[in-house]
Amino acid sequence: MNWLEFFAMKGYALYVWGSYGIALLVFAVEIILLRHKRKTTLQQLRLVRDAENLE
Amino acid sequence: MAINWFKYAAPSTFYGLAGKLIPWFAWPAAVLFVVGLYIGFFVAPTDATQSEAYRIIFIHVPVSILSMIVYLVMAGYAAVGLIFNTRLSSMMATALAPTGALLTFLSLWTGALWGKPMWGAWWVWDARLTSELILLFLYLGFMSLQASIEDPRRADRAGALLAIVGAVNVPIIYFSVQWWNTLHQGATIKMSGTSMHIAMQQAMFAVLAALWLYVIAVTLMRVRSIILQRERNSQWVAELSEVKQ
Repeated sequence: MNWLEFFAMKGYALYVWGSYGIALLVFAVEIILLRHKRKTTLQQLRLVRDAENLE
Repeated sequence: MAINWFKYAAPSTFYGLAGKLIPWFAWPAAVLFVVGLYIGFFVAPTDATQSEAYRIIFIHVPVSILSMIVYLVMAGYAAVGLIFNTRLSSMMATALAPTGALLTFLSLWTGALWGKPMWGAWWVWDARLTSELILLFLYLGFMSLQASIEDPRRADRAGALLAIVGAVNVPIIYFSVQWWNTLHQGATIKMSGTSMHIAMQQAMFAVLAALWLYVIAVTLMRVRSIILQRERNSQWVAELSEVKQ
C-alpha cells in the first residue's frame, strides 16, 4: 500500500478526511480557546486587584 | 485512609485538585487517540459493503455516544446543584455544555459526511438525525440562557430546569432507531455480542476512551476558569500564586 493510495481512500477521501480533519480542528481550537480563557481570566483578576490597590 | 470527599465539593479545594488532575487525563487521551486512529486506519480491514468510507465510524460513533453521555452528566450536575444548592455542581454543568455542543456538532458533521456517499444525502429528516439536532439546540439553549442571566446562581437554576427537561431527548435519540423506521442503521454492538471485526472494535473503543478522557480534561480546564471568575472576590483567589504575581 503506498501513501497516495492510502490518502485516496478508494474515492472516499473527501468524506473520510473531511470527518477527521474537522474533528481534530475542533479539538485543537477548543484547547487553544481554553488556554486563552485561563490567561485572560488571570489577567483580569490582576487588573481588578491593581485598580483596587490604587484607590 | 479516610478521604473526605466533601472537602473537594468546595470550589477552593477543587480548583487545585482539578489543576493537578488535568495532565493525568490529557496525556492518556492523546496516546489512546493516536492508538485508536492507528488501528482504525492501518489494522482494521476494508469493509465489504462500505469500502473505506466506513472508517468514519471510528470518530462518528464515539462523538455521538459522548454527546449523549455528556448531556446526561451535565443535567445530573445541574440537578444536584439545583436540589442541594452546591455551587460547584452547577459550575461543572456550565463547564460541560460547550464541549457537549461541540461533540454534537461533530456527530452531525461526520454523520453528514458518511450519509452523502452511503445514502446519497447529506441530511434527511430522520428520527435519529432530527433528535440529535435537537440535542445541539438544547446545548446551545442552555448556554445562551445562562449567558443571558447576570446573577450566576439564578442562571444556574434556570439552566438546570432546561437541562433536566431536555434530558428526555437522550433516550429518544438512543431508541429512535428501534421506535421508528429510520434510514440510520441500528446498533451493531449489542449486549448479546457483535458481528464487528475485532480490530474495528478495538479502534472504536480506543477512540471512545480517548474522547472520554479528553472531555474530562477540557471540562476541568474550563471549570477552573469559571471558578476563578465566580470566586474572584474571595480571599483564597487573591492568595493564589498565579494571581499574586
